[in-house]
Amino acid sequence: MTRNYLKLQFYSLPINQAFARDAVAAFCLELNPSLSALSDVKTAVSEAVTNCTVHAYRGNLGIVTVECEIDGNELHIKVSDTGKGIPDIQKAVQPFYTTLPSDERSGMGFTIMQTFMDEFSVNSIAGEGTVVYMSKSFEAEVENA
Amino acid sequence: MTVTGYTRERILYINLSGEMDECSAQDARAKCDKLIEENLNAKKIIINLSEVAFMDSTGIGFLIGRYKKASKLAMPMYIENPNFAADKILNLSGIYSLIPKAE
Repeated sequence: MTRNYLKLQFYSLPINQAFARDAVAAFCLELNPSLSALSDVKTAVSEAVTNCTVHAYRGNLGIVTVECEIDGNELHIKVSDTGKGIPDIQKAVQPFYTTLPSDERSGMGFTIMQTFMDEFSVNSIAGEGTVVYMSKSFEAEVENA
Repeated sequence: MTVTGYTRERILYINLSGEMDECSAQDARAKCDKLIEENLNAKKIIINLSEVAFMDSTGIGFLIGRYKKASKLAMPMYIENPNFAADKILNLSGIYSLIPKAE
């Protein structure tokens, strides 16, 4: 059974959003993901990391931690910050809900994470930070003859 | 993200190329709005996404923002050639009811 682990820590700079999603995508290549599954993972990670920049730290510099674990054919991802936290998670995960409509935010970040990944949960403590957990299992690819 | 545009027969074609995320959106927004403002006699806008290699939910906000601007100018807007990943996000958001796919 395959097991692997990756931990990334970086400043909550917008420039690191691409780096984070590409690093996670590269890490899960050993699971032979389909292009569509790989794209789902990249998008979900991008949403989670962007939330840290935009909401958790509100443009201030903070540390974002992305942990990934491969267990068999499953990829587990944890994205955490020590930012301002989410006061009302029920509200935050609703489609189209955004605290920043003036910034052209769609309010679809959590909905995309939920839809694109198999498992999704979010825990947050106001003033202490937020942890997003997601997982996806990858079907064993049928080799092309 | 690269933004280029041209007009033909009073249609403003805007081509987006690269990765659309929170980091790249701000610059793309300004360039796109400039193209719209420079072509006020256009009768419609077609945004081509065929060269957008990656897009997260920032793309939804971006497109709705441009749609609102174009609506004020009475210019209908269309989306052309999103790749399968962009299409999945755009479908999920229901944006095609506002900004249909170009034929």
